[in-house]
Amino acid sequence: MIKFDHVTKMFQGGAKAVDDVNFTVEDGDIVVLLGPSGCGKTTLLRMVNRLESITSGDISIDNKSIKRLNDIELRRAIGYVIQSNGLFPNMTIESNVTIVPQLLRWDAKKRHNRYKELMQLIGLDPEKYAKRYPHELSGGQQQRVGVARALAADPPILLMDEPFGALDPIIREKLQDEFLQIQTEVKKTILFVSHDIDEAIKMGDKIALLRDGKIMQYDRPADLLTHPKNDFVSQFIGEDRMIKGLSLHTIKDLLREVGLAEMPHQHYDGKTVAGSQNLRNTLSILMNQGAEQVIVTDHNEQEIGAVTIDLIQRYIAKQIKGKTDASLPFERVVR
Amino acid sequence: MNWLNDWITYITIDLSHILNLTMEHVELVGLSAIVAIAIGVPLGIYLTTNEALAGTVLQATSIIMTIPSIALFGIMIPVFSLINQGIGFVPAFIALILYSQLPIIRNTYTAIKNVNPDLKDAAIGIGMKPIQRLVRVEIPNAIPIIMAGVRTSVVMNIGIGAIASFIGAGGLGVLINQGITRSDEKLIVTGALAVSVLAIIADAILWIVQKLLTSRGLTD
Ligand SMILES: Nc1ncnc2c1ncn2[C@@H]1O[C@H](COP(=O)(O)OP(=O)(O)O)[C@@H](O)[C@H]1O
Ligand SMILES: [Mg+2]
Repeated sequence: MIKFDHVTKMFQGGAKAVDDVNFTVEDGDIVVLLGPSGCGKTTLLRMVNRLESITSGDISIDNKSIKRLNDIELRRAIGYVIQSNGLFPNMTIESNVTIVPQLLRWDAKKRHNRYKELMQLIGLDPEKYAKRYPHELSGGQQQRVGVARALAADPPILLMDEPFGALDPIIREKLQDEFLQIQTEVKKTILFVSHDIDEAIKMGDKIALLRDGKIMQYDRPADLLTHPKNDFVSQFIGEDRMIKGLSLHTIKDLLREVGLAEMPHQHYDGKTVAGSQNLRNTLSILMNQGAEQVIVTDHNEQEIGAVTIDLIQRYIAKQIKGKTDASLPFERVVR
Repeated sequence: MNWLNDWITYITIDLSHILNLTMEHVELVGLSAIVAIAIGVPLGIYLTTNEALAGTVLQATSIIMTIPSIALFGIMIPVFSLINQGIGFVPAFIALILYSQLPIIRNTYTAIKNVNPDLKDAAIGIGMKPIQRLVRVEIPNAIPIIMAGVRTSVVMNIGIGAIASFIGAGGLGVLINQGITRSDEKLIVTGALAVSVLAIIADAILWIVQKLLTSRGLTD
C-alpha cells in the first residue's frame, strides 16, 4: 500500500509541480497517473523512489514513511520502467535483466534461473537473447526487457513512466495486453503514468487525473467516465466518454442487464462475436458492417442471440441510472 | 635514385643508433602517456561532480596547450634546475604530461557528462550507488570518447616529443637536430619519417585497445 499524504513538490524558482496530493494505492492495483503534459505526473512518480525530494507532506509504503528508508535499498525494492526503456547499451540483455540481482549479490546460478523465468514471462527466448545487446532488439522488445528488468528482484511495487509511450499504436496495444496478462500473474502494486485516456481506462484499476499538480479526480475508470467531478475532467475524457466506457463492459454484462435480441429468422452471413467481446468493439463491428445486428456466440461457439445498437443504448442508459444504487454495474469485467 | 641509395646506405650503417633513439622516444612518450592517463581520466571524472572547478581546470589546460612546445620545454629548465633536473628526461616527461592533459581531461569530462541522461536516471532509479553507476554505466558508455582523447594526446606527443631533444631528453629529435646542424637531409628525413611511423603505429595500437575496451553493444 502506497499512501500519499499532502504531498507537495516545489522546484527552485518554479511553481508547485505537485500540489497537496492525497490518495492511497491498494496492494495489487494499477493506479494510472493521468493528465496533460507538465501536470506533474513524472514528478509525483519519481518522489516515490526518491529521485525527487518531497518538499512537504509524506509518502509511505505499508505505513512506513519513505523518508526513513535508505534510498538505495528503497530503489532496489521498487521496479522502475521509463519511456525510453533506459536499458544499458553496454550490457547484454541477460546482464540488463539481472542488473538488480547483481547489485543485490545473488549468486550466478540464481540470477541465470531468474533471467530465464523473466524472459519466458515477457515472451522472449532466453537463450537467443542472452548475449544480444539492446540495440539489436526492436522498440517493443526493448520495452519488454525494461519490464523484465524492473521485475527481476520481485519488488512489490512498480513505477512505470509512460512505459509504452514511444511505441507505435499497434505494438503499444499488444504490450498493454501482455502487461495486463503479466500483472495477473505477478500482482504488483503499480503506479503507471500516462497522458492517454484510453490507455488509462484500459490499464487502470483506478485513475488519478491531475492538473497543475493537483488531483482533479481519483476514481475507478468507469466512475470517472460516468461521473466526472468537474468540467476539466469531462473535457479531458472527451465527448465520447460513453463510448470509451464501453470498452470496460462485455456482451455478457449486456446479456445480464438487458438481455440479447432474438436470432434473426432469415439466413445470416454477417460476423459473429464472442460473448467476452467488449461493447466498444462490438459497437464498431455493428457500425462497420452497417448491419442491424451481430450474432453472439458463447464459449462453445453456440449462437445465443444478437446484439443491436439499440440494445447497447439501452444498456448505457441503464448504467447511468443504475449507478446510484450500487457499484455493481461498473464492476470491472474482463480486461 | 642516387639519393635514395645514399639514404638506404645511411640507414643500414646507422640502424642501431636510429633504433636507440626510437626506443628513447617511445619510452619518453609512452611513460608520460601512462602518467597522463592516470592523472587525466580520474580528474576528468572528478570534474563532472565539481562544476566550479571544472571550468577552471579546463581553462588552465587550454592555456597550457597554447604555449608553444619549445617555450614550455624552455620553462621547464629553470623550474627543474631547482632540483638539479634542469635538462634531460624529467623536464621533457613533465612537459609532455602537461600537454596531454587537455585532450584527456576534456574528453573524459565531456564523455561522462554526455552519457544519455535516461541511462543515468535508470541507473539511479534501480538503486545503483554512485561508484556502481560510474563503473557499470558511465565509464563503459564513455570509453570511445575517452579513448579518442587518449589517442589524440599520444599522437600529438609523439610529434612534440621530437622537440624534447632541445633540452637533452634524447629521442628522434636528436636525429632531426643533427640533420639540421649538419645540413644533412638524410638525417632529417629519417627522423621525421620515424616520428610519423611511430605515430601511426601508436594510433593503430590504441585503436585496438579502444575496440577491446568498448562493449560490443556500443559498436556493431
Ligand atoms: N528538475 C526540474 N526543475 C524545475 N522544474 C521542473 C523540473 N522537473 C519538472 N519540472 C516542472 O514541473 C512540472 C511538472 O513536470 P512533470 O512532472 O515532468 O510533468 P509530466 O510528467 O506530467 O509531463 C512542469 O512544469 C515542469 O516544467
Ligand atoms: Mg512525464
